[in-house]
Amino acid sequence: MTSWLTTILIFLPVAGALLVWLVPMPAKSVGSIAALVSLVEIAVWIAAVEHFDFGSGELQLAQQRPWFRDLGVSYHVGQFGYSLWLVGLTVVCGAAACLYAWWVGRERPRAYFGLLLFLTGAVVGVFVAQDLLLFYAFFEAMLIPLYVLIGVWGGAARMRATITFVVYTVAGSLLMLAAIVVYGLQQGTFDLTRMGTSSNDWLFLGFAIAFAVKAPLWPFHGWLPDAYRESPAEVSALLSGVISKVAAYGFLRIAIRQFPGPTHDFRVPILVLASIGLVYGSLLAFRAPDVRGVVAYSSLAQMGLITYGLFAANSLGSDGAVLQMVNHGLISTTLFLLAGMVERRAATGELKLLGGMARGRPALATLLMTTGVIALAVPLSSNFAGEFLILAGVFQQGWAWAVIGAVAIVLAAMYMLRLISAVLHERPGPAVTEAALDLRGAELAIVVPLVGLLLALSAWPAAISGHVAGILP
Amino acid sequence: MTHSLIVYVNRPHVDWFALSPSLAMLAASGLLLLVAVFVPRRARKAAAAMGAGAGFVAAFVLAVVLAAKSPHGTTAIADSIFRDRWAAVAQVLIAGCGAVAVLLSWGERWREEHVAEYYALLAAAGAGMAFFVQASNLMTLFLGLEWFSISLYVLCAIDIDLIGSLEAGLKYLIIGAVGSATLLFGSALVYGSTGQLGFDKIGAAGHTHDSLLVLGLAMVIAGLAFKTSAAPFHMWTPDAYTGAPTPVTAFMASATKVAALVVSYRLLVTAFPGDEHLWTWAIAGIACASLAVGNIAALVQKNVKRLLAYSSVSHAGFMLIPIAAANALGGRALLYYLIPYCAMSLGAFGVIAARERELGVPVTLDNLAGFGWERPFFGVSMWVFMLGFLGFPLTGGFVGKFYAFAAAYRHGWWWLIVAGVAGTIVSAAYYLAVVRAMYFRDAAELQLAPAGGSPPRDLPLAAGVAVCLAVTVGSFFAVQPLIDAAHSAASALPF
Repeated sequence: MTSWLTTILIFLPVAGALLVWLVPMPAKSVGSIAALVSLVEIAVWIAAVEHFDFGSGELQLAQQRPWFRDLGVSYHVGQFGYSLWLVGLTVVCGAAACLYAWWVGRERPRAYFGLLLFLTGAVVGVFVAQDLLLFYAFFEAMLIPLYVLIGVWGGAARMRATITFVVYTVAGSLLMLAAIVVYGLQQGTFDLTRMGTSSNDWLFLGFAIAFAVKAPLWPFHGWLPDAYRESPAEVSALLSGVISKVAAYGFLRIAIRQFPGPTHDFRVPILVLASIGLVYGSLLAFRAPDVRGVVAYSSLAQMGLITYGLFAANSLGSDGAVLQMVNHGLISTTLFLLAGMVERRAATGELKLLGGMARGRPALATLLMTTGVIALAVPLSSNFAGEFLILAGVFQQGWAWAVIGAVAIVLAAMYMLRLISAVLHERPGPAVTEAALDLRGAELAIVVPLVGLLLALSAWPAAISGHVAGILP
Repeated sequence: MTHSLIVYVNRPHVDWFALSPSLAMLAASGLLLLVAVFVPRRARKAAAAMGAGAGFVAAFVLAVVLAAKSPHGTTAIADSIFRDRWAAVAQVLIAGCGAVAVLLSWGERWREEHVAEYYALLAAAGAGMAFFVQASNLMTLFLGLEWFSISLYVLCAIDIDLIGSLEAGLKYLIIGAVGSATLLFGSALVYGSTGQLGFDKIGAAGHTHDSLLVLGLAMVIAGLAFKTSAAPFHMWTPDAYTGAPTPVTAFMASATKVAALVVSYRLLVTAFPGDEHLWTWAIAGIACASLAVGNIAALVQKNVKRLLAYSSVSHAGFMLIPIAAANALGGRALLYYLIPYCAMSLGAFGVIAARERELGVPVTLDNLAGFGWERPFFGVSMWVFMLGFLGFPLTGGFVGKFYAFAAAYRHGWWWLIVAGVAGTIVSAAYYLAVVRAMYFRDAAELQLAPAGGSPPRDLPLAAGVAVCLAVTVGSFFAVQPLIDAAHSAASALPF
């Protein structure tokens, strides 16, 4: 039974999607069914945690069936410690997105909720796939719902957003497909657990560029501002909270583990790109004119920081990177949902039209403040723990990297405080009316658990950083 | 004294069973010509469609049995045709395409006096293709080619009320005739060089560096490339595909490709093994040209049939990649790829036919607006077909591309993978443009003239598209049995 848990985690949301699509039901009940499925998914994940032995670095909850034998491709799924945490992040953020969409009420609900659930299943699939071709199949399958979610339910400039998004990601992932074909045939199998390492720089680049586009790392972030701004709030939340982690996971599971030689050779160029992204993203976040812009560019910066941890090549860095992936996933999901809630009240996300929202809205103020403070990594926050580990790890590669990272943390404080004061404090902006209410019960029910998880992680960051055995071979 | 005047002709033993798929379709065709005359006008359409459908289904079943009963490839009827799984699997595909084409044709507004002739020609074309894929010498090859080509020329032009239909037929006829003539001339040169007509014997003759043979080989490749609609021999494709009635286009885009590609591969590896270093390069060049021309030209199309015509050119390029690889994996890759490809082509043109019948005008990207929301089943199907063409997971198109790339890598040509990847990246723009047109824009926003009333019910069309959808998605999950079938079929070829 336990070996089925991983498969259930993938296919429960997919089954939910099919249910929503195919079974006739009143439009009103669609959201509740999707929300229910996503909550059951969390329960399944908790069951998976119970059956997981964190002491061993081995692949667990694994299952394998042949798919096509002549090239050695199989349906092979299973979880390592770090994949388990990322799956947890996915199911939690997926549920938050479903619940928020249910509360907001999207048009054409059957299509919308089906796609959200399908997306959750595909992302879980990426995190647990142990066969390279299966990994690619899930990686590409994510794009199908995202494309439509942005294109149909997005904002005014959604056409441009979808086109740039698709052009970037398809170009990246097809290079990866070419690399997968060559690598798999060289090895005679596509099973990641049985594949040997390779020292081919081209193959490494094929994978690395695909992940760099998805993350995104500077200079592959061209799709980011439009996509994050034009998507529905909960889709932006998933994009920046979860989908970007797929890329970081890809670096960790494939690029770094299977290509130790090229990882070593390309460490400095990648760290340079990450540094540029870190500083540049932070500066753009500081200058961004709207709430989502700040969160979007801060996401670019944070991915740079996570890349630091990944390429620090020691367990400090990689443990910190995994912790930071979960942190940032929760933070940016919360912030994007809060941004959506602010936008619903003010009908705009422009910072200069907002302001003074703290007065008379204590719940909104408290939650935004708490999340913001954790995001700017005050000591004792989970973000602080994650960033500290990453900087300690990358320090061993050279003190200069750690200095850049520390500077970026100061910049993070600048853009986060600017966001908080522009939304909550200062003079009430023209778009903020007295009629704009505080967060409602349903909204609190979505955001409070997320912030609660962040506080819990702040109290006990080792829950993750101490339970990820087996990251580095 | 009289008995010495009797001339004994050595009649070869005729293996009727080996010919049975072709004969089943031919019999249906003959029967339908009688239907055209004897059945009263009211019942004619139903009788004709059912007759053609029965012919294709019978051919399908016979081809499956033939495949099962021919594990070891042999030649039959004085060595003029092959009886092996390579041909039989192709016949299965061709007959399947024909059956779906019948379903797609049902709702078309045919001129009543031609409806039985239409189905008769469709069955005749299928019979010709089934014969063509069995060809084992240059004579039967040419015979089969002309047989199905002439049927298709007429099919293109059959609906003379349709704007462009006659033009399509004429263009196809003229350019197709050039192709046939090239093939025939090439065959003559090959015969002149080796003195042999049979594929095996040409290969065994060993005249590898004879310039006559090489020139013949080049002309044979060009002649077959016309039928495959690979660049630079694709000039007829956009016009013929756009002008022909949509079900005919669907049949041409699927079955003709199967026949031409399967025969090309067999001919090249059996008759010209000694010149492999030449023809692999030639085929790879044609593949790259098709990928470039098809994908780039498709980018600017507004008419969806024309767009898919260019997409079929680019797919010809894709399926030439495993041929250029010239290895056992390539044979498997080609046969596997053809399965989802046929389903996607038939299905996509089927959906276009549905929209066309609704609006009464040619389907463009603009008038697809809102279609996905109005007709959810057709919309989702079209979406799946486009993703399949693009090689996305959850469709057989993904596995097909993967196998094609794997075959190219086995041959040692990683640059062919890069060419394929580049082509796919470009193709994302126009395949997704179709999805965008169907879903992202409101019909109201564009103020289309309403066609009036609810859309016409067309259950056979929906059934045909459903079959295609099932095959497209099913071939992603059930890779192993299909690959096994392709593997045993490809083992009929000399590797």
